[in-house]
Amino acid sequence: MTQSPPDQPLRPVPSNVSRTVSRRSMLRGTAIGAGALAIPGALAACGKSGGSSGNSKTVTFGSNYSDAIPKKGIAAVMAAYQKSSGVSVKTNTQDHNSFQENISRYLQGNPEDVFSWFAGNRMKFFAAQGLATDISDVWAGLTGFSDALKKASTGEDGKQYFVPLYNYPWAVFYRPSVWQAKGWQVPKTLDDLTALCKTIKSSGMDAFAFADKDGWPAMGTFDQINMRTNGYDFHISLMAGKESWTDPKVKQVFSTWASLLPYHQQGANGRIWQDAANSVQQKKSAMMVIGSGQIAQSFQGSDATDLDFFPYPVINPDFGQDAVEAPIDGFMVAKKAKDIDAAKALMKFLGSPAAENAYQSVDGGNIPTNSGADTSNFTPFQKKCQEYIAGAKQISQFMDRDTRPDFASQVMIPSLQSFINKPSDIDGLLKSIDAQAKSIFAQDN
Amino acid sequence: MASPPVSAQAPATRASAARRRRRLSRFTRRDLVILGLLIGIPVLLDIVLIWGTTLTSIGLSFTDYNGFTSPKLVGLRNYHEIVTIYEPFWRAVRNNLLWLGVLGFIATPLGLLLAVLLDKRIRFTRVYQSIFYMPVVLSLAVVGFIAQLVYSRDYGALNSVLGRTSHPIDFLGDPSINIWAILAAAAWRHVGYVMILYLAGLKSVDPALKEAATIDGANERQTFFRVVFPTLRPINVIVLVITVIEALRAFDIVYAVNSGRNGLELLSVLVTANIVGEASRIGFGSAIAVILLATSLGFVIAYLTQILREDRR
Amino acid sequence: MTTTTTAPRDTVGGGPREGSRPNRRPVRPARILLYVVLTLVALGWLAPLLLAVYASLRPYAETAKYGYMSLPHHLSLRYYSQAWSQGGMGKYFLNTLIITAPALVLTLFFASFIAFALARFRVPGRKTLLILFTAGNLLPPQVMVTPLYTLYNKIPLPYWLSDSGTVYDSYLGVIAIHVAFQTGFCVFVLYNYMQTIPSELTEAAVVDGAGVWRQYWRVILPLSRPALGALATLEFTWIYNDFLWALVFMSTGDKLPITSALNNLRGEFFTDYNLLAAGSMLVALPTLIVFFALQRQFVSGLTLGANKG
Repeated sequence: MTQSPPDQPLRPVPSNVSRTVSRRSMLRGTAIGAGALAIPGALAACGKSGGSSGNSKTVTFGSNYSDAIPKKGIAAVMAAYQKSSGVSVKTNTQDHNSFQENISRYLQGNPEDVFSWFAGNRMKFFAAQGLATDISDVWAGLTGFSDALKKASTGEDGKQYFVPLYNYPWAVFYRPSVWQAKGWQVPKTLDDLTALCKTIKSSGMDAFAFADKDGWPAMGTFDQINMRTNGYDFHISLMAGKESWTDPKVKQVFSTWASLLPYHQQGANGRIWQDAANSVQQKKSAMMVIGSGQIAQSFQGSDATDLDFFPYPVINPDFGQDAVEAPIDGFMVAKKAKDIDAAKALMKFLGSPAAENAYQSVDGGNIPTNSGADTSNFTPFQKKCQEYIAGAKQISQFMDRDTRPDFASQVMIPSLQSFINKPSDIDGLLKSIDAQAKSIFAQDN
Repeated sequence: MASPPVSAQAPATRASAARRRRRLSRFTRRDLVILGLLIGIPVLLDIVLIWGTTLTSIGLSFTDYNGFTSPKLVGLRNYHEIVTIYEPFWRAVRNNLLWLGVLGFIATPLGLLLAVLLDKRIRFTRVYQSIFYMPVVLSLAVVGFIAQLVYSRDYGALNSVLGRTSHPIDFLGDPSINIWAILAAAAWRHVGYVMILYLAGLKSVDPALKEAATIDGANERQTFFRVVFPTLRPINVIVLVITVIEALRAFDIVYAVNSGRNGLELLSVLVTANIVGEASRIGFGSAIAVILLATSLGFVIAYLTQILREDRR
Repeated sequence: MTTTTTAPRDTVGGGPREGSRPNRRPVRPARILLYVVLTLVALGWLAPLLLAVYASLRPYAETAKYGYMSLPHHLSLRYYSQAWSQGGMGKYFLNTLIITAPALVLTLFFASFIAFALARFRVPGRKTLLILFTAGNLLPPQVMVTPLYTLYNKIPLPYWLSDSGTVYDSYLGVIAIHVAFQTGFCVFVLYNYMQTIPSELTEAAVVDGAGVWRQYWRVILPLSRPALGALATLEFTWIYNDFLWALVFMSTGDKLPITSALNNLRGEFFTDYNLLAAGSMLVALPTLIVFFALQRQFVSGLTLGANKG
């Protein structure tokens, strides 16, 4: 039931992504062409799947890119593959929320050859259940992915199961024009932030736009405060069920958050994140902890250039701003795929710059993961997102991708919502989370 | 005319029907084949798809089945955890009881009242009927969406109507009041349902009865409670059972509004969340379902006793 | 008896009948009060729906600026055509038809035959069967999801019946569970109804040499039309509005019925609530039409057979 932010397929920032035909974009066209040329070779390498163009082979693809623009983006990727390989792609698009709720039935039932999914624990979980095909051989032929990305695509058994398409950062987003007019400075530390919140509140605005009706957006704030307070390693270990939730370190996270809650928009549990993002755009709230792609949807047209972000302020100097949360979306091959070879050939293409360029040509809201992808048309905002991710010492995915899905949806969503309702009873809350975590993670053994 | 109220059933007819029920031995081969097939197929469907799966789930509730690995017996652990550490459970129980209370003590009498009013010979009765029944036919997504339009803290119509624009009430997000907002929506639907059932029942009450009572000097209220209402007993039982079942199975409005979290927990939603979700705790969810099943069972038995009693007459 | 049911005293359809009953005292003020109360309640009942309709007729920019309770500046049906085409709703309505029509017909057919057989013949285990069907309808449907999925996934189907090759992700699977689940309620209603049909009628047919099928098809079924009409209205609403079965037993997005698909459209339309309002109204339309069309039969047939005088 958990909807992680990446599950809301992202919309681009249309105005500033509109491209002029430049030498660069022509080069990109060439890159697609080159990718096209590379494909028959890849197919041949994969053996019997039949590589020659004009062959009427089909490969099937189960997609959760159901929103209008991401849907077109995926269609562009598949069209590029079809054109270059001659293999036609049959896409089955399902609503992203239903797709997730049904994923285990889907993978054990009648899945498409290739399906869209998320990196991190969420990928590992299904790989470990034996529902995904090992694609280490495909990875052997991929270039342009960092070691971190390869690690994010690797299952518990050390084999690769995932090919990334894009990622995007979580940070604190705001409207620079508003901040300039008010004379507000980007806060560097928690003290700065608290002081700034007081100033903003006295100006009559909400400091933080905040929404948690769907249950997942508040996870983003928890992740930020936890990684700033206790560091990436503790966060990941906590997500993996290896730490106690009654640990004073966790309590510290909630205490910090509770001290900031009065500066958050009230009534968060009844608001969807889209409305919260709109309140930043409408200058009712000063900032918001959210993903770049999500908030960009509220900043369209002339507002598109008036969107900036800063990393969540430093809480514990030991950990600084080392960790960045940047969920990765991509593809996997189902274990029950009908044509593994055709699936792998498609995966090979999906891991190429050509695929990322095709996607970017429609949906500019995300950052391509392959270093070979063309970034020449990036807006300053997109460049900054890209550099922020590239400069990270550690990259987390998102709470519902870094932990067990049942723990995220059945325990953390209700718990964070009740924290927002009643921030005073942290001890009782943590005791309850801890008891449930122990029960759920015990199933691993 | 002034005869005592005729009971709802017509004992003579039923008895004779039963007496004349034919023995199977009198049938031709063709008759037996038709009977066998046309009873056999639906019975098989019912036994396999409904009862078989339900019994299997009862079995699963004693395991740790997660939808992937083969289930392992864990005894009563799921049940123990549900009542001890599974935080939403007791809230769900409370909400289901509230649901039952509101439907039973507010919506159902209101539906009966509307039915009685509409059963008077008034103009435009069909228009009124349609309006009151309309919410019943709307799907969950539509009702959920309308709830958002009416109750939203940021743009909902109710806050505008109440004039709470500067300090709007968070009807959907505040866990101390959102269940009441949703119950209003649930009652909105239930009243129409009950009204139509009673209207149908009232229509088949012999008008002579009422006239007789009026001649005997009873006023309208006395006529209703002493003469009409008793003859509605079978409908009352059906309405009661439907109300209880609706309250226990309540699901769609809450699911459409916020997937049944943050104050809107219901047993059926907890079952769905655990069974249908991404990484399912099927054993655990089945145990909640069994608790729900056991609760409904009492009412189901009462209902069946009623049926069988009717049948015996 | 049957005539009492099919042509009951005419309350439905109303009309001025004052005075047709000799002993009704004309209480004018009370009458007026009654109309006022009914009208007020009816308006309150309609308000949420009217709000949604009103929203669907206005541009989102306007309602975002002035709120939903403001006076209109622009009114148009533009969102309806947009929701229809952008959401691809035609396709989903067709899917709904593919599921609802057979499910409805099969449910009523099986239920009426069983009710007929149980009401007329000494079928062995008659009471057990009644309990089996009636109680089955009262079970919480979520209990059945997991075992049904496993079962559906194991039953192969030929390609012409299901392009997935199994009952899972096929229309047949969704139709089957609808039929199994809904038959229970219909058996109960129809059984009670048929009890009230005088057995002399079928006895006469038997004397004429009619077999089981002819008694059912020629005698009982025509006499049960009011009850069947009422059930058809109810069952249509229930099957049409179901989203759970399609959600869990369908994995192909393009095969979903409209009710499940609307949930998806919510994601696609979220930036524009008024477009969503228009989409929701379109989805609500068929059930409203069916109700209006069958309203007369609905109320007169829905006596649940339990109250025949």
